Amino acid sequence: MVRMIPRRLALGAITVFLVSTIIFAGVELLPGDACTAFLQRDAQGKLLDNCRAELGLNRPAVERYVEWASGALTGDLSVSAKGRQPISEIVGIRLRNTLLLASGAAMIGVPLALVFGVWAALRRDRLTDLTISTLAIGFMTVPEFVSATVMILVFSIWLNWLSGIIIISPDAPLIEFIPKIVLPVLVLTFVMTAHILRTVRSSVINTLASDFVQMAVLKGVPYWQVIIRHVLPNALLPVINVVALTIAWLLGGVVVIETVFNYPGLGRLMIDSITDRDLPVTQAIALIIATIYVGVNLAADILAMIVNPRLRTLKARQE
Amino acid sequence: MTGLDTDHRCVLSVGNLSVGFSDREKQIRPILRNIDFRIHAGETVGIVGESGSGKSTFALAMMGYLKAGLHRVDGRVTVNGCDMFVALPQALERIRGRQVALVPQNPAQALTPSLTIGAHIREALRLHSDLVGEAIDRRAIELLAQVRLPHPDILLARYPHELSGGQQQRVAIAMALAGAPDILVLDEPTTGLDVTTQAHILMLLRELARERSMAMIYVSHDLGAIAQVAERIVVMYAGEIVLDGPTRSVLRSPHHPYAKGLLASIPRFSAASRPLPLHGRPPAPGQAGSACGFVGRCPLETEQCRTQRPDFVALSANEASRCHHISRLAEWPETRKTEAVLRDHGAAQEILKIDALSVTYARPSLIDQIRGRPSRAPKTVDDITLSLRRGEALGLVGESGSGKSTILKALAGLVPMEAQQAVLDGSQDLTRRLELRRPEELRRVQIIFQNPDESLNPRQTIFDILAQPLMLYFGLTGSDLRARCEALLEQVRLGAHYLDRFPGQLSGGEKQRVAIARAFAAEPDLVLCDEITSALDVSVQAAVLDLIETLRREKNTTIVFVSHDLAVVRSVADKIAVLYQGRLCEMGPVADVYASPSHPYTQALLGATLEPDPDLHPTLLALDVTEAGPPPKGCVFQNRCHKKLSGRCDEEIPAWALSDMQHQTRCHLIA
Amino acid sequence: MIVLSRLPSWQRRSRLIGLISDLISRPSGAVGLFLICLHLGLAIGGPWIAPYDFKAISTKALLQGPSLAHLLGTDHLGRDILSRTLLGGREAILVTSLATPLAMMWGGLVGIYFGLVGGRVDDVLMRVVDAFLSLPWILKMLVIIVTFGTGIGILIPTLAFFYGIPVIRVARAATHDVVARDFIQAAKARGHRTLTIIWREIMPNVRDALLVEGAMRWSWMLLAFSSLSFLGFGVSPPNPDWGLMISDARGFMSFAPVGVIAPVIALSTLIIGINLTADALAKALGLDRTQKAPV
Repeated sequence: MVRMIPRRLALGAITVFLVSTIIFAGVELLPGDACTAFLQRDAQGKLLDNCRAELGLNRPAVERYVEWASGALTGDLSVSAKGRQPISEIVGIRLRNTLLLASGAAMIGVPLALVFGVWAALRRDRLTDLTISTLAIGFMTVPEFVSATVMILVFSIWLNWLSGIIIISPDAPLIEFIPKIVLPVLVLTFVMTAHILRTVRSSVINTLASDFVQMAVLKGVPYWQVIIRHVLPNALLPVINVVALTIAWLLGGVVVIETVFNYPGLGRLMIDSITDRDLPVTQAIALIIATIYVGVNLAADILAMIVNPRLRTLKARQE
Repeated sequence: MTGLDTDHRCVLSVGNLSVGFSDREKQIRPILRNIDFRIHAGETVGIVGESGSGKSTFALAMMGYLKAGLHRVDGRVTVNGCDMFVALPQALERIRGRQVALVPQNPAQALTPSLTIGAHIREALRLHSDLVGEAIDRRAIELLAQVRLPHPDILLARYPHELSGGQQQRVAIAMALAGAPDILVLDEPTTGLDVTTQAHILMLLRELARERSMAMIYVSHDLGAIAQVAERIVVMYAGEIVLDGPTRSVLRSPHHPYAKGLLASIPRFSAASRPLPLHGRPPAPGQAGSACGFVGRCPLETEQCRTQRPDFVALSANEASRCHHISRLAEWPETRKTEAVLRDHGAAQEILKIDALSVTYARPSLIDQIRGRPSRAPKTVDDITLSLRRGEALGLVGESGSGKSTILKALAGLVPMEAQQAVLDGSQDLTRRLELRRPEELRRVQIIFQNPDESLNPRQTIFDILAQPLMLYFGLTGSDLRARCEALLEQVRLGAHYLDRFPGQLSGGEKQRVAIARAFAAEPDLVLCDEITSALDVSVQAAVLDLIETLRREKNTTIVFVSHDLAVVRSVADKIAVLYQGRLCEMGPVADVYASPSHPYTQALLGATLEPDPDLHPTLLALDVTEAGPPPKGCVFQNRCHKKLSGRCDEEIPAWALSDMQHQTRCHLIA
Repeated sequence: MIVLSRLPSWQRRSRLIGLISDLISRPSGAVGLFLICLHLGLAIGGPWIAPYDFKAISTKALLQGPSLAHLLGTDHLGRDILSRTLLGGREAILVTSLATPLAMMWGGLVGIYFGLVGGRVDDVLMRVVDAFLSLPWILKMLVIIVTFGTGIGILIPTLAFFYGIPVIRVARAATHDVVARDFIQAAKARGHRTLTIIWREIMPNVRDALLVEGAMRWSWMLLAFSSLSFLGFGVSPPNPDWGLMISDARGFMSFAPVGVIAPVIALSTLIIGINLTADALAKALGLDRTQKAPV
């Protein structure tokens, strides 16, 4: 297995490299360039030439790509079109804020999904399962902005327990965020939990039907021992990848939540930069999100390899 | 019923058990009907039945377990006095594994993938023995040694997927023995294992039963295996027990039409007669009605059989049968012993000539790729040389890993091969890949696959399936096409009304016949049969073999028939070639090779083959080792040969030695 | 495929009818189909049912609660909420029901082709697809929309393109499953051309998986479309759209909640209807389903 990890890492690195080229090429293919996009109707004459000179847009594409990519590797994401601010600073803070939301949701959501998913599977087709599954389907099928809006309606407006819109400066210390983000974290958690729960439930139900579980029962193993020793370790394996996918998807879905709650995170920044036509910022955000996505999937694959004896030894035997 | 000596107590009894499921209209569909069965301490009983007979459901029911969707309709199962379907879960947990234990059908699926072998055995010991701590580990090693597994201490730390099928099954047996049960239920324990492995496991089971005076219930479709272990045989058909009696009696003179038909349809290799097909098919699970289940297939059938279900009636102190016409069994039509005519193909021309054919799957390692060298790993199949005359049938036999299927696929062009020469009918080069072959060339070689469920497209009708080769090779359309399809179906003894059905509506045997019809539709010169009977029930195999033989004779087609079942090959082939790990060991006329095998592997194979005859015991010659691939040098059989000459056999590949009448062997001992 | 095997030959043409009747026999299928048909009916017949013109602004009747004149009240511009809700799904349904088949077709064909061809090309393609999928969908959609506009002519191809990419994955996996089976080998051995094999042998077997996937894709696309409208990047005012309505009415939720509740119920019922139908479809076709995160 030890030989598999570098291979997997290399694969991840290749994917990130591919993404960076896709992002760069995508931006290049759009009509105009960063300056015409940003300046829009003012994009002409001296203003345009100055802008292009400052952002270095006169050089050939490949050279700009290399500079951008190598800069990204060292943490320097160049400057924004709007105000020429160093992007890494702007993005850094927003990223921190978004990670706060995402990790909060993940830390609550994943254990919740595991517990309720297993419970629903064990009580399949009974009232408990129907309730849990219906709630899960509800949160999965309904768009996040709808869930968020409804929850604001219920918890903030009708019950007045929690604050709806968040008013806070992006740079504020994390501590100050915590009391205000209860509702957005809740919404994110419910959506995450719903997705993972459905997979956990499916997986446990499938495993319960497998031959080795039947064998364990026929061996006289007591019910709870069958569940804990035989069912769960095998049912939860495919869940690792789904958790990773969901966390990664979270990074995209968080955009809507941040808009609804007016939260100063990376998602809001992305929308703002797109609306402002600030391409360098948009590019940088795209790269960051994609890298996190690839990283999370990588971690999941490696974790799966560690935990699943079949992947470990089979690969080793194939070497 | 079946009372034996009274000093053997009855350990398990089944009284009037009926099990079924509820269909969509809330009707009860029976899977088991009125089963009466008893087994005593130390007895071994074989339960034999084909698919749909309900034997697996019965095996699990004896442990008080039914698959989801099934429920007990009537009757009871009593183990040492405890009613299994009424007992509380805690009581069942104490009985299962401790008083009655199961050896499952598919050990690869039945062992939990996330637990080591040690964890499995220790769990069984913790639950069902009084041992603690270190004593458990010691006992675990003892158990593994008892089932003849090598290096038990190392094995404890391995995971199930790291073991071979035979090893997994032994682990399952060890696990079952951990609780020192009074009764051992075995559900098809040797299905899927190689012939030689199977023989070893059966011997092990016989010894274990003797040592521990355990009662054993051996459920299987394989009468050969049952004949080796059981003193008593119970025959199941359509969810009922139709015959229950001592082994010799059941196998030599069965008192039930189905049992008679079944035994007549099993190919034997000791007798050179063709098996008699058993026509028709059993009622689908849940479809049995108020008539005898064997209606429509029985030569003794009368009106009474169609309206009244026969009772299970005792014929003597230890035999019982379920048939209205037991007294008339003497009228049974004599089995026509069709002697395998020594087909003389001497006058026919040579149609297939293969010289030094080899196939390699392994990709060269990175280093070799860079250097442009071919892979240095031993080839999957190597040095295959043989020739066939038109109309001859060649049997390729071997166990798993022998490469027999690979050779067929290579001839069909599905797998790339290299050969000095591979020529069909003097003109067609078979080394050419599929994409490079002309349609006319493709037409002349047809292949039939093992699993009829897989080889027919489930979304096409039988008409679509048969039309494909006709349209492709002959350009038939319209009414010509339809007429030809009907004619093809008739040739394989299926009615024209099958044309509009889908494969899902046909039985296994019928599907395979469609596959055969499809192959012969192209009017090929060479038909390659890849284990075409292995996935079918025993009684259905005979019909398929019969069909192949008939078609071959009528059209003078050349057949290459691959099988692991030596008896099946005996009834089809003229010549036989024995393969081990992709290399030829012995070749010659089938009667000759079977009568006097010269290669040690052939001897081991023949020795291990089971016949449904309790007096013929397998001889175990080859060492019970599973090999992953051929050895890098020397004779291919060196690691398992019981007659090995160390030195020569390790280093040199033996040359071909001709004994007589084209019977060749490749062994240093013969040369 | 138990459904099919019970049908006699002359009913082969009515496979569709058989499927629909199977769906209706299941409770989830019945409810789901009903909801879908209801919404389709509203989308088509809405203009005749709606009591008011959706554009009609009235400065006198701003943010009124439900009354006899306006059954669901009015919004912040005095427009009738009931009418706007009835018509709010039209553009969403139009765009997504055109984009979904497009996405399935192009993603399906590419996925099947590469699933069949395999080899290096397939590996490279999968890397590229993975890289593409690592970018959040909103980003990809917004960049295109902001550059080229929000007209239907932009939205349909864009949605079809981006949502077709994960379909490549699904189609490829389904193809891999089928290709491993013997009847494909048998067809190859007979010498049929690749295209014939794809059309005759593979497609009918992959069709079912793609059908269920297609239903799910539709619901995810609706989700995406309404999210875009909510953010202001989808339907342009004054056209009614549920996402847009929710966004507009958000600010007035504390005293005029109907403006939010009505479109929420409308949108949710349609999406739930599609999901229930997809679920029932999967069961009717005998496919196992695991929920995946929408991409």
